[in-house]
Amino acid sequence: MSDNFPLFPEQASTFAWQVDYLYFLLLGLSAFFAVAVVFFLVLFSFKYRRRSEDERPRPIEGSVALEVTWSIIPLILSLAVFSLGAGAFFRMYRAPENAIDIYVVGKQWMWKIQHPEGKREINELHVPVNQPVRLTLASEDVIHSFFIPAFRTKKDVVPGRYNTMWFEATKVGEYHLFCAEYCGTQHSGMVGRVVVMEQEEFQNWLSGGVSGETMVEAGARQFQQLGCETCHKESDQGRGPKLSGIYGHLVKLTTGQEVVADEDYLRNSILDPGSQVVGGYKPIMPTFQGQLSEETLLQIISYIRSLSDSE
Amino acid sequence: MTTDTAITTPTDSRRVHYLNASYGIKSWLLTLDHKRIGILYLVMTTVFFIIGGVFATLIRLELLTPQADVVEAATYNKLFTMHGVAMIFFFLIPAVPAVLGNFLLPIQIGARDVAFPKINLLSWYCFMAGGTLATVAIIMGGVDTGWTFYTPYSSTYSSFYVPLALTGVFINGFSSILTGVNFLTTVHKMRAPGMTWFRLPLFVWAQYATSIIMILGTPVIAITLLLVALENVFGIGIFNPDLGGDPILFQHMFWFYSHPAVYIMIVPGFGVISDVIACFARKRIYGYSFVAFSSLAIALLGFLVWGHHMFTTGQSMYASMVFSFLSFLIAVPTAVKIFNWTATLYKGSVSMECPMYYAMGFIGLFLIGGLTGLFLSTIAIDIHLHDTYFVVAHFHFVMVGGMVMAYLAGLHFWWPKITGCTYSEGWAKVSAVLIFFGFNLTFLPQFVLGYLGMPRRYHVYPEEFQVLNVMSTAGATILAAGYAVLFTYLILSLFMNRRAGPNPWRAKGLEWEIPSPPGPHNFDVTPIVTAEAYAYDEEDVTPATPGAPDEGSPIPREAERTEA
Repeated sequence: MSDNFPLFPEQASTFAWQVDYLYFLLLGLSAFFAVAVVFFLVLFSFKYRRRSEDERPRPIEGSVALEVTWSIIPLILSLAVFSLGAGAFFRMYRAPENAIDIYVVGKQWMWKIQHPEGKREINELHVPVNQPVRLTLASEDVIHSFFIPAFRTKKDVVPGRYNTMWFEATKVGEYHLFCAEYCGTQHSGMVGRVVVMEQEEFQNWLSGGVSGETMVEAGARQFQQLGCETCHKESDQGRGPKLSGIYGHLVKLTTGQEVVADEDYLRNSILDPGSQVVGGYKPIMPTFQGQLSEETLLQIISYIRSLSDSE
Repeated sequence: MTTDTAITTPTDSRRVHYLNASYGIKSWLLTLDHKRIGILYLVMTTVFFIIGGVFATLIRLELLTPQADVVEAATYNKLFTMHGVAMIFFFLIPAVPAVLGNFLLPIQIGARDVAFPKINLLSWYCFMAGGTLATVAIIMGGVDTGWTFYTPYSSTYSSFYVPLALTGVFINGFSSILTGVNFLTTVHKMRAPGMTWFRLPLFVWAQYATSIIMILGTPVIAITLLLVALENVFGIGIFNPDLGGDPILFQHMFWFYSHPAVYIMIVPGFGVISDVIACFARKRIYGYSFVAFSSLAIALLGFLVWGHHMFTTGQSMYASMVFSFLSFLIAVPTAVKIFNWTATLYKGSVSMECPMYYAMGFIGLFLIGGLTGLFLSTIAIDIHLHDTYFVVAHFHFVMVGGMVMAYLAGLHFWWPKITGCTYSEGWAKVSAVLIFFGFNLTFLPQFVLGYLGMPRRYHVYPEEFQVLNVMSTAGATILAAGYAVLFTYLILSLFMNRRAGPNPWRAKGLEWEIPSPPGPHNFDVTPIVTAEAYAYDEEDVTPATPGAPDEGSPIPREAERTEA
């Protein structure tokens, strides 16, 4: 990073080479076509330069065969590059099963990060090397974008929904973290660093510090304080649906529609409870819109998730 | 027939043409003459180009160092927003269609005016009203949303002047729609006898394709801006997540217009380049119908690729794949154009005059712009490059390297026709070379910056990016010098009294058969077209013969005769 005139970014994740080889492939193809076109432009301009003002070159009829040829060659090349790019994207899209979760909240103009174990940090993200990490991204205000160039990945952080991204760091070190989506006055100050550590070192770092409360514990405390459990009971007898075992499963709504109870569904049901009521229940839950920060919401959802883990 | 030597006589200055047919401010502001409306647009788009250029200068100065030293963050954000708004909505979109298109399209098809001259004037007033509102928003306090106006930042977190600027863009949209309606009707209904579809100059084909996009696309941005207003005024949740809206919906609607708008900017440029290359190679454009239809193909495909701006928003993986696939398809008609332009030079009679410098510059720069578009269509690469300087460099290569170079090619090509004056060929070449090299030095380093990961819209940045930014600013300085030379000799040309003949380039096409500058009604007698616009092999046979059967000489001579 001390280099003053870099031409190529560091490769520090499993995505890096997948993206870079496509980049160099396209660079090669582009160079070939650019050189070829410029070569012929210069050649023709010189070879057929006007030698007399009264020159009248003979017209050349177009050739359908030639037109078809130079349509099909770019088409085939385009489709080949498309397939490679889409294939890489497909592999990069879903996080592996063994990914660890970390939660990110973007707000003007900082990144707030919490680890499930309770550790929190601002504008810094500590992750272990050679371990898939899944980030759940939420925004308190406008759209941000979580961008780590050395990992060749980014994802927009959109208010009103959760986006997820994942990566597996391959090299211990410190890397730039940028907000890539313009988010207001101090947009260029919404930067930080990603610290990739050896796994053991990461575990030590994680268990250091003061906070003894994990995200699930914090969520359970909130759940109690907000009085959620008066209706959402351990049994089916509550005025609201039982929450254990609900995460990741299909629920049937009053409309007859079936949806998966994922993070987004849970978030929406807390903030706008009337919109997707589970069948057999009345829309009596009050809204928590404006009363909970995105971080608290993530804790409560972690807690609700944990109710299904124990099954 | 009409060569430059034929009619360059001192009596030219006494001839009645569209510029001296009437005098006074009123004769301009209430004119229904498509040529004068073209000039009105020329003046005002140039004003906006200069305003946008000043903003760009300040941006490049600020980026000379990693720290904030020239302007503070809030000012910087306003600068890049207003640079984008001025350049895109008030220069790039109207420049070729409303300036060159207005002036040339009716003449090239042998008509006396556009189909709806009053609507044509109305479109200029819409442009002026929109431009005035946007300027007021800039002067009063500025807008800091980026030209993309993404919600919820633009609708809930930004300044009061955003709605004002949005209203300006909204009203300006109508000027596009009106121009589009006018051109489509004119091309369908007002072609001279014998001017069949496949005798049309490719410039007309390109304007036709552009008009389709204008009419289909512009209403969508108008609707989008109305919805933003509805949300703000009545609190109806459309884009604001706190009201149950979806901010990503705005991006869908915005890019549904704004991606085709990219083609509104570049497709008319294709038409200019085709006409210029044909003239300076003295050849029919190679693969005329393929070039013509590739414009239409690009126009239509352009409507189906908006989602490639949104790969990182979390849109469905399959949607991203479809948008990526369709974006790659656009490479095909674009490549076809470039290959055909190149092939046109084959066995031609190539003369490297100033418009050709710009046309060659266009091909080179647009080629890079197009090829780097493939990087961004490749989803896996775009995830990394989205919202970085790579994107900035890519669209400047297409918009400035492509569209502005094409516009300048056209302006230099038709300048003698429009003004009746010739400019200094030597200085013109100097400025073309300065602009070409300045441009490359400005934007090539930005591709590298982007791949390194420098995000766009950053006014402070990590120190390792400085060297590349200094190169970019140095290039921008050369670019600015190039534009300064250009403005100087073009304006001076008006006072040098070097008269252009009706056809200084010995070009083909109806516009070159009438005097420079054209008479108030273009043609005294409706021309009858007997050949296509690119009959460069036939020196003595003109594409058009005059309507009056007893009059053997072409129209300009007839006009001359009545004068003398």
